[in-house]
Amino acid sequence: MNRRGSHIVTLFAGAVLVAAPVLAQDEAPQRVVSMNLCTDQLAMMLADEGQLYSVSYLSQQDRGSAMVEEARKYVPNRALAEEIYLMDPDLVIAGSFSARVTLDMLRRLDVPVVVFDPSSSLSDIPDRITQMGAVLHQQDKAARMVDEFNAALADLAAMAPHEGARPSAALYSANGWSSGSATLPGQIVAAAGFDLVADEYGMAWGGFLPLELLAMSDPNAVITGQPYPAASRAEEILDHPVVTDLKEGRMQGIVSDQDWSCGTPFVLGAIERLSTARQTATEAPQ
Amino acid sequence: MTRLMLILAGLVLALFAGALVIGPANAPYWDSLSALFVDDGTPLTLVMREIRLPRAILALAIGASLGMAGAAMQGYLRNPLADPGLIGVSSSAALGAVIALQTGLAAAYAFGLPLAALVGAVLGVLLVLALAGPRGASITLILAGIVVSALAGALTSLVLNLSPNPFAASEIVFWMMGSLADRSMDHVWLALPLIGLGLALLATLARGLDALTLGEDAAQALGINLTRLRLALVVGTAAVVGASTAVAGTIGFVGLVVPHLLRPFVGARPGALLWASALGGAAMLLAADILVRVVLPTKDLKLGVVTALVGAPLFLHLIYKTRRQMA
Repeated sequence: MNRRGSHIVTLFAGAVLVAAPVLAQDEAPQRVVSMNLCTDQLAMMLADEGQLYSVSYLSQQDRGSAMVEEARKYVPNRALAEEIYLMDPDLVIAGSFSARVTLDMLRRLDVPVVVFDPSSSLSDIPDRITQMGAVLHQQDKAARMVDEFNAALADLAAMAPHEGARPSAALYSANGWSSGSATLPGQIVAAAGFDLVADEYGMAWGGFLPLELLAMSDPNAVITGQPYPAASRAEEILDHPVVTDLKEGRMQGIVSDQDWSCGTPFVLGAIERLSTARQTATEAPQ
Repeated sequence: MTRLMLILAGLVLALFAGALVIGPANAPYWDSLSALFVDDGTPLTLVMREIRLPRAILALAIGASLGMAGAAMQGYLRNPLADPGLIGVSSSAALGAVIALQTGLAAAYAFGLPLAALVGAVLGVLLVLALAGPRGASITLILAGIVVSALAGALTSLVLNLSPNPFAASEIVFWMMGSLADRSMDHVWLALPLIGLGLALLATLARGLDALTLGEDAAQALGINLTRLRLALVVGTAAVVGASTAVAGTIGFVGLVVPHLLRPFVGARPGALLWASALGGAAMLLAADILVRVVLPTKDLKLGVVTALVGAPLFLHLIYKTRRQMA
């Protein structure tokens, strides 16, 4: 690999957060390792055959990954510095939640590292796609994907009801955490034409919503996630009679699944399913 | 005597009503109470019946359990430092509950959770009684309690850390400190049968415990069957503590503080102290549960934090007094 180029990338890696998506690398990287569930999926969508070498093991698991089959074609990694160094990558792509010490270690070992911010809104998604395109030298592919994404999103937005006619929805997850409109799951729900209960309580960024307040706000839909295996008190709240009562007789079958976890074009599927559920519920007499 | 009973009963009733009307939904008190009895079709009925009522019932039943179990153990061991939380019975019950939850036993059998906690509590009581010896000298009792608590706590943490559920490990604090947040009627039905059985068993101890104050020989001469008394104590304590811990985690110090405060009012008779401590324990836990909701409504402050803040200084005082008596 090009050692000098790698130094430059290392220097710039720290600045990527600010200066994304510009990256001073002359040649396309040929052995890329991604160590974050969300960058994995963008990389798999944009990389050329053979360009991507490894993705995180999480991408191969049903729970959070929308691309399990695809991810099985790559070597899984557990985001450990030693393991990744031995893969001899010419580029490592990480999320900003990746362990700082791991990234610092890789940089000290002269491995170029790029850090991606997570998408916290729908409008971040085209930026991340463009950034990934620049990093992988797949700008054309990325531009096409951004155009398709924006067009599909605009179509979905046209279907959403106007202000005042929007039903309310509560995102409710373990420990009573409720996401608001300043988060990606919240934006998915809002784009599908719902008002968010968390916003009513001034928690656009999300917060712990006591069961009592959830019950009092009486939302038209309660959206919960898929439970993890084995028992926990944190998730027991989702089986509380109040939550099951609120779900009963309202919009059914809405679960936040792997399409919700990352800022990728998969969120379009999530928005579409939610919109359909909303339309069937509002058209049929409740 | 009856005056004390009336005062305590009145206190419990007032606190129970308080527990029903205080909460983050912040509805007017009368609206809340009427929504409890009459389904007016508003969400407030759901809040009252499915959130506040089970929580208040559990606080009452668990408080009574812990208070009475503490009074019974102190009477039997003739030692004011005995408390199910302090001597490791609650921690053992928590271990049993956690094992039942993580192995799926609790999901497979309706009463798997409280029964597993009961088995844990029985083993804990037996271990402590065996280690402390029949006379239950303070120092051996406390040391045995520390050992059993530490072991059960470590095993509980281990089981939770091994769980494939990412949330399980962060719940170590719930099992160590206890909480009644977000409990439902399901938990009430799970815990109440065993608690009722245990309280009934402990209540039969009154005459035996009174007789024991004269010494074991004198008690036997009065016709007390000590083996049966010990059996009723172990099973009764394990039943109430097991069922309580299974749904609310480990709540310490209630069984220490309440009998200590009430002892002077019942003429230091351990038999009379039993029911007084049951009422007092219910009042203390109801008050603590109201407090955690008022102080930090959205943070789920653990009940054990409040009871320990009240109980630990008293425990220090008791140790100091015991030391002076021994010197």
